[in-house]
Amino acid sequence: MAAYHRPDTLQGALDVLAERPVTIAAGCTDLFPATQGRTLTGPVLDITGIPALRGVTREEGAYRIGAATSWTDVIRAELPPAFDMLKQAAREVGSVQIQNSGTVAGNICNASPAADGMPCLAALDAQVEIATTKNTRTLPLLHFVNGPRRTALEPGELVTAILIPEAATRGTSRFLKLGARKYLVISVAMVAVRLDIDGGTVQDAALSVGACSAVATRLTDLEATLTGQPAEALADRITDAAVAAALSPIDDIRADGPYRAHAAAELLRRAVDDLTQPARAAA
Amino acid sequence: MNRATATISLTVNGDPVTLPADPSRRLSEVLREGLGLRGTKVGCDAGDCGACTVLIDGAPVCACLTPLAQAGGREVQTVEGLHATALQQAFLRHGAAQCGICTPGMLMTATAFLQDRPNPTRAEAEEALGGVLCRCTGYAKIIDAVLDAAPGTPAQMPEAGHAVGARVERLDGGPKVAGTEIYGADACPEHTLLVRAVRAPSAPATFTLGDIDTWRAAQPGEVHVFTARDIPGANIFGTIPPFADQPALAETRARLRGEAVAIVAGEAGVIEALDLTSFPITWQEADAGALVHDNRPDNLLIAGVVRRGDAEAALAGAVHVAEAQAETPYIEHAYIEPEAGVAWLEGDTLVIQACTQAPVMDRDDTARILGLDPQKLRIIPAAAGGGFGSKLDISLQPLIGLVALKTGRPARMIYTRAESMASTTKRHPAKMTGRAGADAEGRITGMIFDGDFNTGAYASWGPTVAGRVPVHASGPYYTPNYAAEARAIHSYQPISGAFRGFGVPQAAILQEALYDDLAQKAGMDRLAFRRLNALQDGQATVCGQVLQGVGIAACLDALKAPWEAALASADRANAEGGRYRHGVGIASCWYGCGNTGLPNPSTIRVGITAKGELTLHQGATDIGQGSNTVITQICADALGLPVGQFRLIGPDTGLTPDCGKTSASRQTYVTGKAALLAGQALRARILALSNMAEDARITLTGDTLTVTDDRGERHVALGDLEADGHGYVLAAEETYDPPTSPLDENGQGSPYAVYGFGAQMAELTVDMQLGTVKVTRITAAHDLGRVVNPLLAEGQVEGGVAQGLGLALMEEYIPGRTENLHDYLIPTTGDMPEVKSIFVEVPDPEGPMGLKGLGEHVLIPTAPAILNAIRHATGARVTKLPALPHRVLAAIREARG
Repeated sequence: MAAYHRPDTLQGALDVLAERPVTIAAGCTDLFPATQGRTLTGPVLDITGIPALRGVTREEGAYRIGAATSWTDVIRAELPPAFDMLKQAAREVGSVQIQNSGTVAGNICNASPAADGMPCLAALDAQVEIATTKNTRTLPLLHFVNGPRRTALEPGELVTAILIPEAATRGTSRFLKLGARKYLVISVAMVAVRLDIDGGTVQDAALSVGACSAVATRLTDLEATLTGQPAEALADRITDAAVAAALSPIDDIRADGPYRAHAAAELLRRAVDDLTQPARAAA
Repeated sequence: MNRATATISLTVNGDPVTLPADPSRRLSEVLREGLGLRGTKVGCDAGDCGACTVLIDGAPVCACLTPLAQAGGREVQTVEGLHATALQQAFLRHGAAQCGICTPGMLMTATAFLQDRPNPTRAEAEEALGGVLCRCTGYAKIIDAVLDAAPGTPAQMPEAGHAVGARVERLDGGPKVAGTEIYGADACPEHTLLVRAVRAPSAPATFTLGDIDTWRAAQPGEVHVFTARDIPGANIFGTIPPFADQPALAETRARLRGEAVAIVAGEAGVIEALDLTSFPITWQEADAGALVHDNRPDNLLIAGVVRRGDAEAALAGAVHVAEAQAETPYIEHAYIEPEAGVAWLEGDTLVIQACTQAPVMDRDDTARILGLDPQKLRIIPAAAGGGFGSKLDISLQPLIGLVALKTGRPARMIYTRAESMASTTKRHPAKMTGRAGADAEGRITGMIFDGDFNTGAYASWGPTVAGRVPVHASGPYYTPNYAAEARAIHSYQPISGAFRGFGVPQAAILQEALYDDLAQKAGMDRLAFRRLNALQDGQATVCGQVLQGVGIAACLDALKAPWEAALASADRANAEGGRYRHGVGIASCWYGCGNTGLPNPSTIRVGITAKGELTLHQGATDIGQGSNTVITQICADALGLPVGQFRLIGPDTGLTPDCGKTSASRQTYVTGKAALLAGQALRARILALSNMAEDARITLTGDTLTVTDDRGERHVALGDLEADGHGYVLAAEETYDPPTSPLDENGQGSPYAVYGFGAQMAELTVDMQLGTVKVTRITAAHDLGRVVNPLLAEGQVEGGVAQGLGLALMEEYIPGRTENLHDYLIPTTGDMPEVKSIFVEVPDPEGPMGLKGLGEHVLIPTAPAILNAIRHATGARVTKLPALPHRVLAAIREARG
C-alpha cells in the first residue's frame, strides 16, 4: 500500500512535499479517471483535510480562493458580479457530483486546454500562489499554466491559493460554454467576458477564450479595441477575424478548428450583448 | 498526522464502520467489495455516468472518484439507506426504472436535491440529475417521479381478465429501486477468483507469447494464466453458427484493438494490482491490407438483396426523382453496466451468472468452447444493466467459465468501461446511397438502395444487418419497383453486431431524406406525401409479402393535427426572425418482429402447485424492456387469474424452457403468444377438470381453485391432484414459432409474420450562427396492435427517442479515442425534448391479442425526423452523422451557397 498523507495543516503538507515526490490530490475528479486502478497511484498527498485551504475569503487587495475550495463552495460564496462568470462556469463543470468534489485549483493544475475555470480566472487576472517549506511565490495564471497538461509547478511546491486582485473585480461578467450536449460535457469552445462600464463607456474589458488554444487565451488586442468604446452595439466590434487571430484552435472529435474560432467570436458577441444590453436599456 | 492510518472510521447509513482499508481506494470499491453494499453501481470509474452517486454529509458525490480517506469521519448514505421512501415509490409508480442500473444513482442524487429544494421545477430537476446517465428511459419518467415524490398509494393490481391494457407497475421493480437487484457484478460467492484479460493494444497485429511461468513467478501472489491453448473445446464462436469466426481468446493474431489474448486469475487483491502491460507478449504490426478472414474475398461477409419489379426502369420513367447519400458512424450501446459475471461449479455442472440477452445461445456457444455437454452448463442471466443488442453476443462467459473449470474455484470478471467499449459490439457504420422516383400524383414508382455496412473484425450479427436492411429500406410504403443491396464488410475495427434495429435505423435516414425531397419536388405536404404512399392492407411489401393489419396510415393520421399545428407554430416563430430557425420533420418506421425467415420459437410453462402457487416459467430475458411484466399480463388474462397472483421463475436455462433471445422486438409477440397459448391451455385443463363452460370465472384461494359459471360453482382441491415432474398438479407448456418463409435469391418471401409500424414528428430550433440544434418535442405515433402496458410502452418510446436523438446529434464511437463516456456522448437529462406518445391499435391477425412488437421500432424514425426538421428549418441537409454543430453550420453555409 502506497503512503497516503492527509495532513490537517499547510505546514504538514509542505513537509511531506519537501521529503519526497508525491501526487497532490484534492477532489480527485481528474486523478481517478486517469487510472483504471482501484486506488490512486501513490504516494499521495491529499490536501482536502486542511481547513485553512478551503473557501473564498477577502483579504488586503485581493480575493483568495483556497486550493481546496470546491466548485460548489464558489457557487455558494458571496462574491461581486465580476465573479458571476466563475459561478456560471462552476455550474457547468461536469455535474453536481463533480462540483461537490472538484476544486478550482485542481482544475488549473490539471491544465486541460478545455478547463472550464481557466477563461474566467484569466479574465479575473488571477495569480497563482505557490508555497514550499522555504518560501511563497505568485505567478500570473497564464504563466503558471504554460502548455497543455503542463504547469510551472516545481517539485516540492504546492498551489495554496488562487488570488484575484481587487482591481480585476470591477464590472459585470458572463461565461458561455458550447458543447454537443447540455450537461457533463467537454466544451467545443467557451468564453469569459468581464466588462466595466461607466457612463455608457467601456472602462475596462477582459475577454478570454478556452478550448481554442493549448491554454486559455486573453484577447488583449481586442480588449484594447473595446476599451473606451461606447457600450452601445459593442458586440458588433468583435469580428471573427480579430478573434481568430488570437487563437490556435485544433481539429478534434468535437469540432474543427475554423468552427471553433468562429464559435468563440460568436460566443464573445453574445456574452458582450448579455452584459451590455442592460447598459443600453439604461442609456 | 502525516502517516497512513491503519484503519478509517466512517458512518454508513447511520452505522459506524471501521475499515482496515487503503485510504486511496475508491469509496465505490470499499462500499461494494468491503462492505457488500452493492446497491451502489459502477458504470465508468471516471465520474462520467453518476451511477455510483452516494451522499457524503448529504451532498452527492461520485463514490468512484472519492478516495476512502475523504469519507473518513463523515456520514455516507447509499441506496441501502433508503427504505421505501416516497421517492422510491414514485419511481415504481412512474416506471422510472427500466433496467434499473442507474436507479440507485438517480435516487441518491434526487434525494439530496429534494432535501434542498422540496418543490422544484422540471428544469431544476433536470439540472440536478444532469450528472447521472440513463440509457433506457429517456429520463422523462425519472423526472416525473422526482416531481411527484409524494407518498402515494401503489397502483392497484388489475383484476382477473383486465391485466392487458393496464398500467401495471413492473413486477420486478421492487429490487431495482431498493438497490437489491443482482446485476452481473453483484454476485460474489466466497473464495471467488478475480479474472482480468490481456488485450490487444492495436490491430491488426500478430503476437507471440513469452515466458509466462517466469512472469507468474515474479508476481507478488499466485496468478493463473490461461491462453487459447488452454481452451478445451472449439475456440470459435458466433451468434449465427454458419458464420462463427470469433475466438474466445485470440491464438496468433488480433483482428481488433481490445481483443482478448490471455486471461489472468487469482485473489482479487493480487489480480487488481497486476500491471498487465508487463505481461510477456510480443506484438507485431500486421498488414492492414490483408484479408480479415482468408475465406472471405474482398472482406465481404455477406450481401443482402431484395429485388422486385424493375427499379431502374421505374426511375427512368418517374416524373420526380430524388437522390441522396448518408453516412453514419460506429454507435456504442453505452449501457451503464459494463459486462460482468461470475461462474462456479455445482457438482459437475458449470453455472454462469452473467449479463446477457440470450441465455440459451450463451449456453450452447460457451459449452462448445469449453468442450462441455450443454446440459452440464447452466446460464442464470444476471439482471441486465442495459443491453440494446450487444449482450446478445457472449463476452466474458467462456473466460470465467474456463477459469472455474480449470481451478475449481468461482471466477468473476468485471469489464472496465474502456474494455467494454473497445471489445464488444457496436452499431454498424453505414455508407449509403439511394434514389427514388414518384409519378405526377406523388406515388412512389421505384426505389434503389445501396449500402456498405462496416461489420468489423468478426461476423457477429453482420448477416442479420445485411439481411434486414434491404427488406426494410423501402420504409412502410408501397414500392412496386425496388432494388436494394446491403453489404456487410469486414475491417480491423470493432465488431459491429446487433443494436436496436439491426441497420434499419441507418437505412431509414437515407430513405426518409429521399421522401422529403420527393414531396418537395411533387409540391406536396411531407406528411400527405407519406400518407399517400403508406402501405395498405392487402398490398405487397418489397418482398412480395401481402400484409394485413398494417398500421402506418393510422399512425400518420394520428400525427396530422399535431403536424399542422407544429408547422404553423414554426412558421410564426420564423416570421419573427432572429438567430434561431424553427423546423418540423417527420419520418416513419416499420419493423418485422422476430428472426428473418428463420425459426425462433419460444416456450412458456405455467403451473399450479398442490399448495396453490401459480408459477410462470418466464424465459424471456428482461433487459429493462419489461418482459417479466407484459408476458405475465398476457398469460394472466389468457388463464383468467389476476396478474398479482403469479410467481415468476427465470429466466434460467436450468429452470425455464427456451424463450429465445431478447432481440428483434420479438419477446412480447413470440413469447407473448406462447404465454397466451400456455395460459389458454391451462385454463382449458381447469375447465375440463371441473367440467365448466368456457366463459367460467376461475379464482385461486389457498390450495383451492374455484370455477364459477352460470350453472354453479365447482371446487378443485389442488392437494388431491398428483404432481408432475416439475412439481405442478396442473400445468401447461406451449411453444410458438412465427410462421415465416426464407427469402429467395431476389429477397422475395415472407420474412416476418408480424410487423409493427410507427411515425414520429420532430420539432426543433437551430441556432443559425452556431449550428446547434435543440429538439423541443417529439410526437411519436406507434401502432402496437394491442397495448399490453401503456406505462412500459411509453418508457420504450421515450428511451428509443433518446437513442435516436443521440444517433442524430452527438454519438460517434472512434476506436481508441472515445472509449469512455465523456468523449462518447449520450444524451443527458438536459438534451431530451418533451416526448408525446400516441398509441394506435390496428390488430395484427397473427400477434397474440392482435399485438405487435415495439422495442426497436421506436428508435428508427427519430433520427430521420430530426434531420428532416433541420432541413426544414435551415434548408441544410446533413449527410454525415452525428449532426455536430460544426457539421450543421457547414451544411447551412453550403445550402446558402
